Amino acid sequence: MSGIEQRLHLHDSDTAPGDERADGREVAEGLLGYVVGLVLAAVLTAMAFFIAGTSLVWQPSIPIALFVLAIAQMGVHLVFFLHITTGPDNVNNVLALAFGVLIVFLLIVGSLWIMSHLNHNMIPMDQMMQMQR
Amino acid sequence: MLGKLTWAAIPFDQPIPLFAAGLVGFIIFCVLVYVTLKGWVPYLWREWITSVDHKRIGVMYVLLAGVMLLRGFTDAIMMRSQQALAFQSPGYLPPEHYDQIFSAHGTLMIFFVAMPFVIGLMNVVVPLQLGVRDVAFPTLNSVSFWLTATGALLINVSLVVGEFARTGWLAYPPLSELTYSPGVGVDYYLWSLQISGVGTLLTGVNFVTTILKIHAPGMTYMRMPMFCWTALASCLLIVAAFPILTATFAMLLLDRYLGFHFFTNEAGGNMMMFINLIWIWGHPEVYILVLPAFGVFSEVVSTFSGKPLFGYRSMVMATLAICILAFMVWLHHFFTMGAGADVNAVFGVATMIIAVPTGVKVFSWLFTMYGGRIVFATPMLWSIGFMVTFVLGGMTGVLLAVPPADFVVHNSLFLVAHFHNVIIGGVLFGAFAGYTYWFPKAFGFRLHEGLGKAAFWCWFIGFYLAFMPLYALGLMGMTRRMQHYDVPAWHPWLLVAALGAAVILAGIACQVAQLVVSVRRREEFRDVTGDPWNGRSLEWSTASPPPAFNFAVLPRIEQRDAYWAMKQRAWQQAEPGEPHYEDIELPRNSATGFICAFFATFMGFALIWHIWWLVAASFFGAFVTFVVFAWRDRTEDLIPADEVARIDRADRRARGAALAHMQSVP
Repeated sequence: MSGIEQRLHLHDSDTAPGDERADGREVAEGLLGYVVGLVLAAVLTAMAFFIAGTSLVWQPSIPIALFVLAIAQMGVHLVFFLHITTGPDNVNNVLALAFGVLIVFLLIVGSLWIMSHLNHNMIPMDQMMQMQR
Repeated sequence: MLGKLTWAAIPFDQPIPLFAAGLVGFIIFCVLVYVTLKGWVPYLWREWITSVDHKRIGVMYVLLAGVMLLRGFTDAIMMRSQQALAFQSPGYLPPEHYDQIFSAHGTLMIFFVAMPFVIGLMNVVVPLQLGVRDVAFPTLNSVSFWLTATGALLINVSLVVGEFARTGWLAYPPLSELTYSPGVGVDYYLWSLQISGVGTLLTGVNFVTTILKIHAPGMTYMRMPMFCWTALASCLLIVAAFPILTATFAMLLLDRYLGFHFFTNEAGGNMMMFINLIWIWGHPEVYILVLPAFGVFSEVVSTFSGKPLFGYRSMVMATLAICILAFMVWLHHFFTMGAGADVNAVFGVATMIIAVPTGVKVFSWLFTMYGGRIVFATPMLWSIGFMVTFVLGGMTGVLLAVPPADFVVHNSLFLVAHFHNVIIGGVLFGAFAGYTYWFPKAFGFRLHEGLGKAAFWCWFIGFYLAFMPLYALGLMGMTRRMQHYDVPAWHPWLLVAALGAAVILAGIACQVAQLVVSVRRREEFRDVTGDPWNGRSLEWSTASPPPAFNFAVLPRIEQRDAYWAMKQRAWQQAEPGEPHYEDIELPRNSATGFICAFFATFMGFALIWHIWWLVAASFFGAFVTFVVFAWRDRTEDLIPADEVARIDRADRRARGAALAHMQSVP
């Protein structure tokens, strides 16, 4: 393939996961990344199970600790498995993630807000019962 | 053995659908016999049905949209004539049939006319404008098309076998639940949209990947033509919104098939959740349709004004702003559902805000025209007609965005007039503008100009005659979807609306005639230069119709309006010498899409009629098709450099001759 064709298929400026060129050294590096990610994810999971059942820490802090661990878990997945980085070759992936998070946020928060608000213009139930009497 | 399917499913007692279906079936049969006798089947199979060429797939999308437009418009004519006749009388359509007609009209027009039309235009144009040889996933593209066709086929089968939904085009529960709609109508609706929805989602994935990842050298984001930007925004919305539709329909299907209670009245269900979820998809859907139309207008206005698009950067920003804001306004479709002032005010204000980027676009088009040498060709007429009509529809939209005003006119014909005003005036006019504008690129000859203008004026005048009375009727209190009525004051307005529908019918007749006349006189309208409108973007730099590989040598892009810049350079310098040709690899044709859709059709039909063995068999068939495709050995065909050179030399000769002719006749 000519140079033009290569640039067509592998845009240098922006690579997607899986686009990385596979020479031996990079495969080894990639493998190391996955192993580190796997270990971190497993440790975080184990810690979550441990904290949920333990009495070593102050009890009211447990939900918050689980929350923190969950967010850390997401971070590990994004960095080590989905290869979201801050590098210039990753703008599309970061933007796609941001767009996805925004839409999910709007969907969930919006729905909860709307659905909790739906009876706002209704007569309260006890008044309605009185009217029916 | 056949589930719920019995002879009772065929409506022998209803002459109108039976006669219509018989006629359509007869026409299809005649076409099939004619095609077979002429020996065209191998050609059609090889060059079209199994084609993975984006241009061919695009043409098939537009053809599907055109045929479905005829069907959807037939429904429209029936509704208008029913309402014109049904003053203090039952009219000629019984209520259960009338309800099916308005449901089918909405479903067909949105999902199987507007969607395939804009996706078809994207297919034909986007890779050419980006200066590349195909989309990112060519076979997936074919699968998308054939799954969309499956959905359309299933909806039309409901005309003869069983019935269609009587629930309106969005099938709100509890009416669409099993308790109140025990027939197969809602199942036809749900399964055909689930299947075609998969196709649409795959198209979205395909085009987002194509536009973000595959460019000709030098085609950076800020050099992309406006149509590519709007196609990108539209496909981002598809990828974000269509899974919501699929999930919502899946929940309704679980209610209907397995006795769940997501949206039922009893056992903790909440039908309001369906309305909430369907509009989280439904509002972005509006922009999925209209953004590509905005792109078409940007291209057309710029080309026929002979000027670069005014405010390119602000157009890009406006497009992306709409892309985000589209997800923040959905509650305005159900202001009256019970939410309090806080919620209604927030969504009302958000709705008014989304009018701002749209307004930016309108001003950009106006300033593009300002000071330009405007050529009033047919695509330009559609564009100007759009600007006038769409601004009007947009203003009634902002009016409806004010919650107290919405409480007065919601569910009335005022609303019906508003959304036809923006969908016909925006999406359909855009689709027709794009159809006329890119037809010579796709087929190598122009459409008849006079008949095109006649079609435009019929549509334009017919639209105003048909829908302005509906605004008045809405303010007079007439609700939508009425089968008959007793108010004398409404009757004259409905007669005018029916007349408007007749004028639109004349417009459609002009379009059919235009196509027939243009095909018959194609030698006269032949476009040898590949650039019939003095265009600005890359699609005009290749032959009409483009060769299978689009560009013999990939163009190098150095600025916006790439082809315009090339022409300017060519004017100053001598014609550059012949390029160096190389072998080109193209994806092989594949029957995967067609066979998958074949099985999907049977699977959908079997699911609708509860024929479980056929569901399993056809699902297995589709899966085997996928496995066979995944294990294929050869993925690409090679076009040797000699062949590329031969095709390209012929094109260069034709262009050179045409240019010499133009220069000799000043």
